[in-house]
Amino acid sequence: MSDQPPPPVAVPDERLPFAERYALWQRGGGIATPLATAVVAFAMGGLVVLATGHNPLQTYRGIFDGSGLNWLFPWVTGAARQTAAFNLQETGLLMIPLILTGLAVAFAFRCGLFNIGGQGQYIVGIVTGTQIGVWLASLPGPLHIVIAVTAATLAGAVWGGIAGFLRATVGAHEVISTIMLNWIAIWVGSYLIGFGGPFQDHSQPGVPVSRPIAMNAHLPVFWGNPLLQGLDIGFFVALGMLVLYWLVLRRTTLGFEVRAVGFSPDAAANSGIKVARSYFLAMAISGGFAGLAGALDILGWQFRLDVTTIQIASQIAFTGIAVALLGRTTAIGTFLAGVLFAGLVNGTSTANLDPSVFPPQLAGNLTTIIQGLVVLFVGADVLILYVWNLRRKARVRRAAPPAAAAVAE
Amino acid sequence: MSAVAARVEEARDPRLLGLLGIGLGLVALWLVLPPETVRVVPVPVVLGAAGVVCGALTISGGRRRLGWGAVFSGASGILGAFLITRASVPHLDAVLTWSTVFGAMLVFATPLTYAALGGMFSERSGVVNIGLEGMMLIGAFFGAYGADKTGSWVLGILIGIASGCALGLVHAVFAIHLRANQIVGGTAINFLALGITGYLYNDIYGNNGTPNDLPAIPNVHLAFLSSIPPHGLGSFLESIFGDLNLMIWLSYVVLVLSWLVLFRTALGLRIRSVGEHPRAADTVGISVYGIRYASVVTSGGLAAMGGVFLSLGFVNSFTEDMTAGRGFIALAALIFGRWRPFGAFGATLLFGFASALAPQFQNVQSWQTYGTLFEALPYVLTLVAVAGLIGRSIPPAADGRPYAKQ
Repeated sequence: MSDQPPPPVAVPDERLPFAERYALWQRGGGIATPLATAVVAFAMGGLVVLATGHNPLQTYRGIFDGSGLNWLFPWVTGAARQTAAFNLQETGLLMIPLILTGLAVAFAFRCGLFNIGGQGQYIVGIVTGTQIGVWLASLPGPLHIVIAVTAATLAGAVWGGIAGFLRATVGAHEVISTIMLNWIAIWVGSYLIGFGGPFQDHSQPGVPVSRPIAMNAHLPVFWGNPLLQGLDIGFFVALGMLVLYWLVLRRTTLGFEVRAVGFSPDAAANSGIKVARSYFLAMAISGGFAGLAGALDILGWQFRLDVTTIQIASQIAFTGIAVALLGRTTAIGTFLAGVLFAGLVNGTSTANLDPSVFPPQLAGNLTTIIQGLVVLFVGADVLILYVWNLRRKARVRRAAPPAAAAVAE
Repeated sequence: MSAVAARVEEARDPRLLGLLGIGLGLVALWLVLPPETVRVVPVPVVLGAAGVVCGALTISGGRRRLGWGAVFSGASGILGAFLITRASVPHLDAVLTWSTVFGAMLVFATPLTYAALGGMFSERSGVVNIGLEGMMLIGAFFGAYGADKTGSWVLGILIGIASGCALGLVHAVFAIHLRANQIVGGTAINFLALGITGYLYNDIYGNNGTPNDLPAIPNVHLAFLSSIPPHGLGSFLESIFGDLNLMIWLSYVVLVLSWLVLFRTALGLRIRSVGEHPRAADTVGISVYGIRYASVVTSGGLAAMGGVFLSLGFVNSFTEDMTAGRGFIALAALIFGRWRPFGAFGATLLFGFASALAPQFQNVQSWQTYGTLFEALPYVLTLVAVAGLIGRSIPPAADGRPYAKQ
């Protein structure tokens, strides 16, 4: 840990509590904590694998290969390279919703709000995107796509905005209200495309699935085979949103107000910022990110929505929480954490993980455990500093003669 | 003359108007459901509309919360009236037997009661516990696993409680000593429980699921209830209370005990003082960390009991993510019940009622298509409740704030 960036204050005041000292240090740009967090989480996940009688190194190797990230190594050639490219395209596809639901958590977090409603906002977005994609088949492609994506983003923004509105007006805690909105979205969505629902494909009454979206609403694929889930331009939209996130937070009045409220609502209110408005806008914008994720998924590679997608949306959105927290709610961090978790989730999927190395149904849960550990340790980064400090204290004690230490105390 | 004016003024008291509106809406809703089932749409619609108007007046009179409550209540009366025309009465009658609904309400409310009481201890001591969901889930798994391995449901319950306490301890360490963000920590607890239970479940039971011969927690048979005098009442009571699970009765014991501990003992006073003003409590020599640790661990154990009830007392098996958001509903019930044991219990009954009603509606033939929509009912209700239908509830002053010893 010796290569940590130096604290911005020359001599950290020993009397300050850990949290404050840590905050000072973190503002100096600490990347060590997220890194250490990830390493510790993976190590503990490895222990779980070991305890249940599998080889952790082989397991992680299998997950890495399953994620397709080995495509980046030039020595992987031939058929292996083709498989890797295919896997990496899938990982890229998964990165899109993970980055966007990550941003949905991150933006609200900067305003001091914890948005666990990415799931509901994603579902509302994906249902809206699907239905617009089905309906406006006569429009020219680009216009159709823009309308569908915009509508889905707005739908997500409304869903997030409800929670923001409740927080801003009656003070209902956003954690509870967003979770309730998640379940409402699940059931309403399941009703809409479920058996006998208004959006169900009536040509197959026995299958709870929507009608397929129009061909002209499919997003263009820029890498891989469009018929085999190649990587579509939604990837660049997600990257663009990362830039937009940074711009809004750092370069606009809105972003300044959101961050001010996040640091201290009271201080922000005293300096004339409308806190309630910030709460509402932050939640609405967050919801918009998640709604956009839904639209890009449906227009990019799913093309028709089935009830299972709605029910497993929780996996994407909750991974988004881990992405945002591990990424320290920064744009670049969210991107890197997005790569990590997309690789992890895709690498542990039933299709990609070699069952002889590790049973995929276990691996999926291993991913959840690692996510949990990441969130746990990121939330308590003081722990790492604590250990570091203990070591330093021990060194100081060893170096100084006992008498001098007594005087110093 | 002035007396009359005063009377008029009194009648326009927004509070009374609001309550009247809520009452009108409820009457409208009651009319359309069995055993009344008024088939004429206008009557409940008119009553509901009157409720909405009362609500609107209440809002303009300054009591916005109460007013919105009346508007909501009136609107649900109108909605019910319209829905009723689409359902056929005989079906509704056969399906909606109230004793079944009430019995199911008690069953659905029980896991929430345990978890809400658990949450109460944690939050009263000043630690927000979003991790109730995970603590329930891990209790559900280890309860089932323990009962399976030891062959005894008693040991199953104990093992389940121990697992919940362990997870509570993790939350406590991060929230108290490491002063982490308690909401983030609680979310992590939920992830961990989901991952650990899913992992172990797949590793141990695989595709076969938990064995069918899990030792179940027995039901308590109260046959004497049917002999209670007025004829009909006895059998009504028996069909509700006659065959409830032991864990349901235990939850009422725990409820009363929690109230006694929290409001009638020195320990309870300490817990509450630590949650309201830790510095002051510390000054008079109460160990803030000690009390908080004990409360959060207790919280985990109680939430786990709710989970054990789910797996061993209710469905008699474990499935992945079987708690399905109940921990969060319990948390909402706690807030709705203003961090008080009986208030929270009342709220869990309300949510239990909504959960019990949903499948009943699904049985109505002509509503089958909307069946899925009714599943959302408890969640809509929770949202409305949390939005502060009946007044803002004020959390313990130090809830969610880490305390740094000096």
